[in-house]
Amino acid sequence: MAAKPHRLLPGFGLALGYTLVYLSLLILLPLGGLVLKSAELGFGQILDIALGERSLAAFRVTFGASFLAAAINAFFGLIVAWVLVRYPFPGKRFVDALVDLPFALPTAVAGITLATLYAGNGWLGRHIEPLGIKVAYTPLGIVVALTFITLPFVVRTLQPVIEDIETEVEEAAASLGASRWQTFVKVIFPAIFPALLTGFALAFARAVGEYGSVIFIAGNLPLISEITPLLIISKLEQYDVLGATALAVVMLGLSFVLLLAVNLLQWWTANRHNNAEPLEVAAGKASGVST
Amino acid sequence: MSANKLTRATQEPVWVRYGLMTIGLGFLFFFLGLPLVAVFVEALAQGLPLYLEALAEPETRSAIWLTIVIALAVLPFNILFGVAAAWAIAKFDFKGKSLLITLIDLPFAVSPVVAGLIFILLFGSQGTFGPWLAAHDVKIIFAVPGMILATLFITFPFIARELIPLMQAQGKDEEEAAVSLGASGWQMFWRVTLPNIKWGLLYGVILANARAMGEFGAVSVVSGHIRGETNTLPLHVEILYNEYNAIGAFAAASILALLALVTLVAKTIVEWRMKKETEMLNTVLAPEKT
Amino acid sequence: MTPFLKRATAVCFSLFLGTAWADVTLLNTSYDVARDVYKDYNPLFQKYWFTKTGEQVDVKQSHGGSTKQVRAVADGLEADVVTMNQANDIEFLVDKGLVARDWAKKFPNNASPYTSTMVFIVRKGNPKAIKDWSDVAAPGVQLIIPHPKNTGNGRNTYLTAWAWSLKQPGGSNKSAQDFVGKLLKNAPLFAAGGRDATTTFMQRGLGDVLITFESEAEMIAKEFGKGNFEVVYPSLTMQTEFPVALVEKVVDKKGTRKQATGYLEYLWSKEGQENAAQNYLRPRDPELLKKYASSFPPVKTFTVDEVFGGATKAFSAHFKDGGSFDQIYVAK
Repeated sequence: MAAKPHRLLPGFGLALGYTLVYLSLLILLPLGGLVLKSAELGFGQILDIALGERSLAAFRVTFGASFLAAAINAFFGLIVAWVLVRYPFPGKRFVDALVDLPFALPTAVAGITLATLYAGNGWLGRHIEPLGIKVAYTPLGIVVALTFITLPFVVRTLQPVIEDIETEVEEAAASLGASRWQTFVKVIFPAIFPALLTGFALAFARAVGEYGSVIFIAGNLPLISEITPLLIISKLEQYDVLGATALAVVMLGLSFVLLLAVNLLQWWTANRHNNAEPLEVAAGKASGVST
Repeated sequence: MSANKLTRATQEPVWVRYGLMTIGLGFLFFFLGLPLVAVFVEALAQGLPLYLEALAEPETRSAIWLTIVIALAVLPFNILFGVAAAWAIAKFDFKGKSLLITLIDLPFAVSPVVAGLIFILLFGSQGTFGPWLAAHDVKIIFAVPGMILATLFITFPFIARELIPLMQAQGKDEEEAAVSLGASGWQMFWRVTLPNIKWGLLYGVILANARAMGEFGAVSVVSGHIRGETNTLPLHVEILYNEYNAIGAFAAASILALLALVTLVAKTIVEWRMKKETEMLNTVLAPEKT
Repeated sequence: MTPFLKRATAVCFSLFLGTAWADVTLLNTSYDVARDVYKDYNPLFQKYWFTKTGEQVDVKQSHGGSTKQVRAVADGLEADVVTMNQANDIEFLVDKGLVARDWAKKFPNNASPYTSTMVFIVRKGNPKAIKDWSDVAAPGVQLIIPHPKNTGNGRNTYLTAWAWSLKQPGGSNKSAQDFVGKLLKNAPLFAAGGRDATTTFMQRGLGDVLITFESEAEMIAKEFGKGNFEVVYPSLTMQTEFPVALVEKVVDKKGTRKQATGYLEYLWSKEGQENAAQNYLRPRDPELLKKYASSFPPVKTFTVDEVFGGATKAFSAHFKDGGSFDQIYVAK
């Protein structure tokens, strides 16, 4: 699509201009201030703060748990979105409404509630702990809290895209002899994959910064279940705003790189899919008929 | 082509359907249903009268109002931004697009506490613009404007991120057709684009709204925590909980859960109306279509 | 939409101007569990001030984590007075030029109108026979405390254990650090805050002993029932102070010095002291202390000033990055 007769559609300048101005004022200016502030410390000191034993352990816990939580949500979120869009069942509206709950509940409430549910005497913990699985006050608790907090992302990113898949394409694939599984793998999944990746990236990014819910269920033991945002708070408690911003900037940098990678990957798959494989072609492929 | 074969390929076998429903709904039950039930159980632990009493407290009521006011102030800005950004990104090719998308995602990755902190670094009395603001007696931090700013920051990506993949998936054929048939930019937007993206937009708004109402960390940093003045519902929940007023805390939390459900009811109504409209249109246009 | 917006705007305005009828409005910025004390105290003061001067004073309350609150004041939250639970938080405002250097001398008793102590909360019948600090550090005992680095409550526990060990025969900073290290090993988790520690101990049934403020014990009784736990006073414990100070810069700007000073002074009046006692905080007034003796048994206490040479010093030696707390965890 690269060198088409340029920009048939109107509004590019206006839309992009507004986007950039708004983005600069609300996001880039404040974050730039943050980076400038941390620059007062100097690069060496920032590295010292970031590479300390506790900081490194915290980064490991934070990013590891966030990745797991985002992966869990990508898998189950796909199923949930599919079920919510395609299958009729009683109480669907209510279930659909429930998906947003993690955003509406203050994170602290979520943390307290989850800790109560998963503690040794809680509704869930009571049945899990005899099996030797401890959730509350272990790194596993962090994964649970983050899964809860980021649950809506994948579901809500996928829902409109699944709704948008035209059944004609599926029918075409079917009429060409594809099985349901083939249709899903060759037609549906490629169509929703970019959105799935977006959902995953958003869930991951959100999980990395989460603080309010995690501290109630994590146990917060140094080197074991301490997350990076807790270390930032810890610095603020020492009135060490500079140290806190330094840690925040390092975290921001890491997240930025990861997000950028995911977005590039997504862009690449989307382009490949859009350019080389219109849905009709994919439908043919799924059926095994060469075009 | 037998109809039977068609269904086979456009619908999953029954056992797969039930399997998926069980997994999906089971997941939601354990991760969403139980916590929700737990919140209401805690809130009603000592009976309905105490629950209602906790809600009738003037400080709780003013917190509810402030929460709604902030959400209403935030949404229009982010809707405008979301549509503009998605339009530019999904319908045009330009250099640095991935970078732009990543920048839009960035607020998700910023710890909410840090999100609050950056506004303090800017507008606090020791911050960049602090002295000027103090000299002109403009209050941003520890007042409602600061809380709106922090919420804007936190909910910034939601609508745009909802619309971008959707508009990408839709492509630009329809709009191009409209324009080549002589539609003006606005006509194209209102008649073609908006109807196409309305669900995504609605999802985005609902999500952003839920998040705006529920946000704690960032708002907590820039709020002065003054009771009855700069306390939103989530902040109020924390204070009540810390004061050994579990019922009040969970009652306030249950209101937040209810607010989320209310937005969903609103969504359902809109959905239903739109469906009716399209049905009407379809019957009118039916002869043309065939 | 428009009528609704109007209404929303009206609410906004009433939020800002809702106090317009009062002659003077004071803002008291305070730590998060101080609500009960000041909710009862503010009307007492209003009545007293009105009869004395004929002036209507409205007092607004702001509550939150102590350090967070103080940072907010430093960043421009216009508090006339700060009523805190840690002296080093007020020292921070001194450094920022908001509070007078000699704030502790401006009011009696180190500018702390009431005190509390750190106590053990154990399960009914004290099954693990926890009597003193050495029992808490014994093997097989589980201790529930809030994060020692990030919460005032946790810091107090840490420092009290340290001071106790220091005062044992042959005690030194080295032995104290070893002892505190042993004690912290018994903590299966660090709770997010004082309240969270209580919930973990009482509601989730975790741990054998919870260490918290004496005043909290009564709050716990109120919510979880008195019969469900026992309070143990160790052989030595900290007398925790609750310092108050005038925010000079703000009262000068707002012209509220007179009222704000009156507000703090009245904390030492009979009514103010009695109110503290009724909220389970130890009053400074010896007569009242006697009157409420059943709630406040005599204990051997120390202050942070005596053992650690002041709150700021204690803080930087133990809780700053690289301090003794970090050493316990990292230098292994």
